[in-house]
Amino acid sequence: MKRLLLIGAALAALAAPLSASAADKLLNASYDVAREVFAAENEAFIAQHPGVTIDQSHGGTSKQARAIVEGLEADVVTFNQVTDIDFLVKNGFVAQDWQTKFPNNASPFYSFPSFLVRAGNPKNVKDWDDLARDDVKVIFPNPKTSGNARYTYLAATAYAKEKFGGDEAKVTEFVTKIFDNVPVFDTGGRAATTTFVEREIGDVIITFEAETKAIAKQYGTDKFQQVVPSVSLLAEFPVAVVDKVAEKHGTQELAKSYLDFLYSPEGQTVAAEFGHRVLDEKVAGKFKDQFPEIRLVKVEDVFGGWPQVSKEHFAEGGVLDTIYGNR
Amino acid sequence: MKRRVLPGLPLSLGITLVYAAIIIVLPLIALVFKAASLGPADYWRIVSSDRAVASYVVTVSCALAATLFNLVFGMALAWVLVRYRFPGRRIVDALVDLPFALPTAVAGISLTTLFAVNGWFGGPLSTLGIKVAYTPLGIMIAMAFTSLPFVVRTVQPVLEELDPALEEAAQTLGGSDLSIFTRVVLPLLTPALLAGVSLSFARSLGEFGAIIFIAGNQPFETEITALLAFIRLEEYDYPASAAIASVMLIAAFVMLAVTNIMQARALRYTVRN
Amino acid sequence: MTKPHSHRRLPRIGDAPIFRRTLLALVLFFVAVIIVAPLTVIGVHAFSKGLPYFAAAIAEPDTRHAIMLTVLTALIAVPINTAFGIAAAWAITKHDFPGRRLLLILIEIPFSVSPIVAGVSYLFVYGLQGLFGPALEAADLKIMFALPGIVLASMFVTAPFVARELIPLMQAQGRDLEEAATSLGASGWRTFLTVTLPNIKWALLYGVVLCNSRVMGEFGAVSVVSGNIRGQTNTLPLHIELLYHDYDAVGSFAAASILATLAIVTLIVKVVLERQGAGRRNRPASLAGNDSLSEVKP
Repeated sequence: MKRLLLIGAALAALAAPLSASAADKLLNASYDVAREVFAAENEAFIAQHPGVTIDQSHGGTSKQARAIVEGLEADVVTFNQVTDIDFLVKNGFVAQDWQTKFPNNASPFYSFPSFLVRAGNPKNVKDWDDLARDDVKVIFPNPKTSGNARYTYLAATAYAKEKFGGDEAKVTEFVTKIFDNVPVFDTGGRAATTTFVEREIGDVIITFEAETKAIAKQYGTDKFQQVVPSVSLLAEFPVAVVDKVAEKHGTQELAKSYLDFLYSPEGQTVAAEFGHRVLDEKVAGKFKDQFPEIRLVKVEDVFGGWPQVSKEHFAEGGVLDTIYGNR
Repeated sequence: MKRRVLPGLPLSLGITLVYAAIIIVLPLIALVFKAASLGPADYWRIVSSDRAVASYVVTVSCALAATLFNLVFGMALAWVLVRYRFPGRRIVDALVDLPFALPTAVAGISLTTLFAVNGWFGGPLSTLGIKVAYTPLGIMIAMAFTSLPFVVRTVQPVLEELDPALEEAAQTLGGSDLSIFTRVVLPLLTPALLAGVSLSFARSLGEFGAIIFIAGNQPFETEITALLAFIRLEEYDYPASAAIASVMLIAAFVMLAVTNIMQARALRYTVRN
Repeated sequence: MTKPHSHRRLPRIGDAPIFRRTLLALVLFFVAVIIVAPLTVIGVHAFSKGLPYFAAAIAEPDTRHAIMLTVLTALIAVPINTAFGIAAAWAITKHDFPGRRLLLILIEIPFSVSPIVAGVSYLFVYGLQGLFGPALEAADLKIMFALPGIVLASMFVTAPFVARELIPLMQAQGRDLEEAATSLGASGWRTFLTVTLPNIKWALLYGVVLCNSRVMGEFGAVSVVSGNIRGQTNTLPLHIELLYHDYDAVGSFAAASILATLAIVTLIVKVVLERQGAGRRNRPASLAGNDSLSEVKP
């Protein structure tokens, strides 16, 4: 018995330093394909703030949001979808007015769902229409766990709405066709990349432009090429301080300066280097050649805003559920 | 009549029961509880959905194939280790346990690297038109790897104890090697083989780490049941995850009963002979 | 290892040279493909960009943290499971009580249950939607997505390891020595330490080594409960997966090579301990199926 007590004491002593959180340490819970960009952002931030540690956790953003509610102690979130932060608001982790706390609705940079095909584009995939063809296999992650995939869903829907002029039945049919062409729904964007690149499944992957750039860079433009569709949906990458956790850790200030850094010229440059479109005009101008022009529609204009999207499309029993169905 | 009673029963049994209750029983009860909270109709809908059923088929058929391979290869390996003397025999004997010692994630990435189309084996195989990684064949190989030692280690001792006189008697009666093997040796090995096979099959049913890297994880084709339970968890569909996990739990208990019966038979058999 | 009839060279079945060579070649071929190659490929890829790159990959802070966390988990889980194994073996083999066979089956359950099922089950106990979730939340105790969860899941998976080695051995050794010692007035602890322990030390060590190897390598159960926070709750096996998805093949294989080395060390220690009489030759693959254990003899 004494032995057990001793072990218990040792356990507590050993665990203490691991669970204790200092005010110079942040955990950033982020979306799946943001691994490289935040590794670089963190390095740049730490160069300005020596002694600070930034830990990263990556995964599908809905999975991340739920993990935070389940007890994952993230000080800040850098997500790719407003609804996932709203989920944190609803559960009392993030302040109601988070979108006013940082510029541009708290989104330091943006991107949009874009296409990446195999070299030479053998299936001749040019636009959203081609994704619904019977002979095309499409890869994107599970929209239940990944914000990335929900953008794809919304972008496809937005395109169909324009095409069919609001005929809801036809829109749903079109999007269902695209979903039927997906052989595997991975839980995060990066796993989808692995499926497309390493497992060589699918003819086209739909993911953020930044990730299509990263894949082409990583694996060679002789193997993959980017295809930018005629229209896509603006994907903002909202950030927020997770107040409940930051208060507990005493990291509010550090968390704020970290997120502010993302808006600074240095932070914006890093983001642009990793294929994100940025707000800072000077930085954007410098990288202009690398970002082709594209018409981006907004959630507000097409769907009437995120709350409406949540209610109509993402809620249990919503349009997404009928389309994703029993998969 | 009554034996002298050794001290320490309350303490040791107490520790054992408390620990087993907290660490082993409580979580499993929580799982059953969660699955039961679904209600029969919902439960049935989840565990009999097309995707779930497809995952059972993939898991069970790959486990069967892997076990069959291990039955043949495991027996041959045990035979070689017991009957033949060759340089490096002891090293091979020690290596047999590698699949138990090597973490499954490590096994997963190395098997995937070997059998991917650009890997040492995957390359030559793909020129023959055989794809291993990201197909059911890959799942089978991962399962065969992780459960390889079972058959070898149950057959080996029996083979070592085999009385040469039995074979000699059969030889003097003029039997061919093959007929002596199938009529004399194999029946003696059967209980041990069955015990090893049932352990190997049970392990293959539950394997996760080694498989997810090599499987491709495509629903209806290369998605194993363990992964489906994991995906439902990531979707935060907890009840569905619990339901699917409970199916695996039931399968595990059935296999536990089977392996125990097989093991008991094998032991009785060896004792009697 | 020694066999009384290994020197008689009367041709036994399967000893015909052609058959012998063919079978040996086939078996060794498969051993090379299935066992040796996976081990080799880890080393080759880990060092594919040279030693400095390997060293840098290992020294990377997140990898170092993963190593530390894995060691820490083993430092907690292995001693506790060892204490449990000893207690269970003492209770079961040195005493008679109803339900011994049931207890044996209970102890073996983790061997049959998939690690994923184990992880999911723990989530339903300590997760926010689990049995104790709300209470733990109120008390601000973190189990899931933290070290305790990782340790608990590891303990479940490896609970039977030590007991499995000790029970058959202690059963075979009987109770005479301990009974003699206590009748001479030795206390229970003293009897255990001076009489029982010396007889089981190799088997105990064997069980501890195997238990440790599994704790450090556990993937499925831990991946459910860890939360995969880089530099926080990522154990080494999880870190391997993470690096693998980060396009960092060398880093992934470098981390894997540490665990592969551990596996080889485990195998060597196993062989050494088996020479001391520990290990599989003394126990059946399953405890509860062993009649000699379950039939309580008065």
